[in-house]
Amino acid sequence: MWIGDSMSNQLIPVLSDTELHEIDREISHAPYRHAVAIDALKIVQAHRGWVSDESLKAIARHLEMSAEELDGIATFYNLIFRKPVGEKVILLCNSVTCWIKGYEKLEQQIGEHLGVTLGQTTSDNQYTFLPVTCLGACDKAPVMMVGDDLHENIDAMDLSKIFRSAKEAQA
Amino acid sequence: MNSSVLDKPLTRNVHPDKRPVNMAGYEANGGYQGLRGAMGKLSPAECLKIIQDSNLRGRGGAGFPTGMKWSFVPMENASPGHKYLICNADEMEPGTFKDRLLLECDPHQLIEGMILSAYTIQANIAYIFIRSEYLLASKLLREAIEDCYVKGYLGKNILGSDFSLDMYVHASAGRYICGEETALISSLEGKRANPRAKPPFPQVSGLWGRPTIVNNVETLCNIHHIIERGAEWFQSLGLTEDSGTKLYGVSGRVKNPGCWELPMGTPIREIIEDYAGGMEDGFKLRGFLPGGGSTDFLTNDHLDLAMDYDTIGKAGSRMGTGTMIILDDKTCPVGFVKNLVEFFARESCGFCTPCRDGLPWSAQVLDDIEQGHGREEDMITLGRQVEYIGAMGNTHCALAPGAMEPLASGLKYFREDFERHISGSACPWCDGGNH
Repeated sequence: MWIGDSMSNQLIPVLSDTELHEIDREISHAPYRHAVAIDALKIVQAHRGWVSDESLKAIARHLEMSAEELDGIATFYNLIFRKPVGEKVILLCNSVTCWIKGYEKLEQQIGEHLGVTLGQTTSDNQYTFLPVTCLGACDKAPVMMVGDDLHENIDAMDLSKIFRSAKEAQA
Repeated sequence: MNSSVLDKPLTRNVHPDKRPVNMAGYEANGGYQGLRGAMGKLSPAECLKIIQDSNLRGRGGAGFPTGMKWSFVPMENASPGHKYLICNADEMEPGTFKDRLLLECDPHQLIEGMILSAYTIQANIAYIFIRSEYLLASKLLREAIEDCYVKGYLGKNILGSDFSLDMYVHASAGRYICGEETALISSLEGKRANPRAKPPFPQVSGLWGRPTIVNNVETLCNIHHIIERGAEWFQSLGLTEDSGTKLYGVSGRVKNPGCWELPMGTPIREIIEDYAGGMEDGFKLRGFLPGGGSTDFLTNDHLDLAMDYDTIGKAGSRMGTGTMIILDDKTCPVGFVKNLVEFFARESCGFCTPCRDGLPWSAQVLDDIEQGHGREEDMITLGRQVEYIGAMGNTHCALAPGAMEPLASGLKYFREDFERHISGSACPWCDGGNH
């Protein structure tokens, strides 16, 4: 279902009822609508995987703010994705303790295992490979997240198991 | 190291297998007694006095006295309208992994501390600002908050008193700068996380222009214990002038990296050698950052110092978050500092020039040196960057000065290693070593 946007004269998609309900629940305890900009971006991303230009415009309209301002907010935060990502996002910690414990080698090994480099998505659309700030598990370095799961004390031997089980869970 | 007589209030509910404590388990172990004891019996002013007398200092890194911070909040009718309490659970300082333990193992301890803190400053809305990646903690906190509403610990007229409080979990969307308290407030308002000029301080004009207190997870977890057992008890826990216990951590090439609650002021050597098990076989300690990525290096000469705010401050560093990162002899100090400066360059919010342009320049110079393309004048350039970027007052917030701390102290303690990279046109650790 599409509606016309009178200001830009473009068609923008309507957010789903579920998305609107979740965003409105945040608005209910906020002093003004665009105070929930980040929550709204995260809600839509949780449903759609990423925030497209069309989604961004629809959120901005619902929050009564400009799409440009909302995009300025969206692009500030590294965990709001303005490009499509794979089914699961790999967040590899590249902060100092993981560096001491060899994340650079691990980055190379993961890249070879999946055929991607940081910033890329695998050809089967399963994984997007990204770096992340210290994950707060430095006693178990090196660490990474794959989707919602934290993997600790990672060894190259673990990789086929981690990515196979992640794929199986997906299937 | 006699743990049998050691009182460990913050981690007493932490199971060896790290499974979380629910409402029933928390109450069975005396939970919410501090809240029950205070509601209707202690006034907000009396609670504030206890926290001030306890000498509790902020556990997020700066060590500012918590009671003093709270005392700046306008009370009574001085500022009618909402006031806010925010828990900073945006743990992202490189090498820091202490708040995760408290959040994942004992969420109710934080919530009880937050209710009492909100009562003290008479805030009626509280937020837990938590980093996006702490998914388990977010889920546990949301469940715990729901349970508290059912029990009457949150909501209208808590335990029959005239105090009401609503609490929300806000999961963030990334960026280290959100941990800076005014940036956190900007982010919670739904904006880019740019820090704000101070004054006005958040205690007077914070979230949505209203009086706001932002405290770290570990700080807030202490509150109900102090209210329940008193300021003197809390002071007696510390081995030095600083009060209480502290979650200390060690990561890097040690035998048993981890996080332990110990008396404030425990000697560094005891933490590294007894608790972290000393260095891994074949590795020697060359230096360490005492409290996260934005603290100055200390060395073997400092191992017998007490780990507290003042002692570490006098030694030329900061206790910061209390989680140490160890530099071993097989890890390149230039690479170590480069990783940190690159981190801070990436995490700059971009608002002020010394940080936005200065940090990438520092990272570039360090990369040149690490890659074997360094020139002698690079050492002068790095020294100037430390001087200009590192000076508080040249930047909008403390991020860039924090980035300069490991660089400045790295140049001081490991200068020869920097110079060897330049004179030899190569990293001495790249062959045979780790990096």
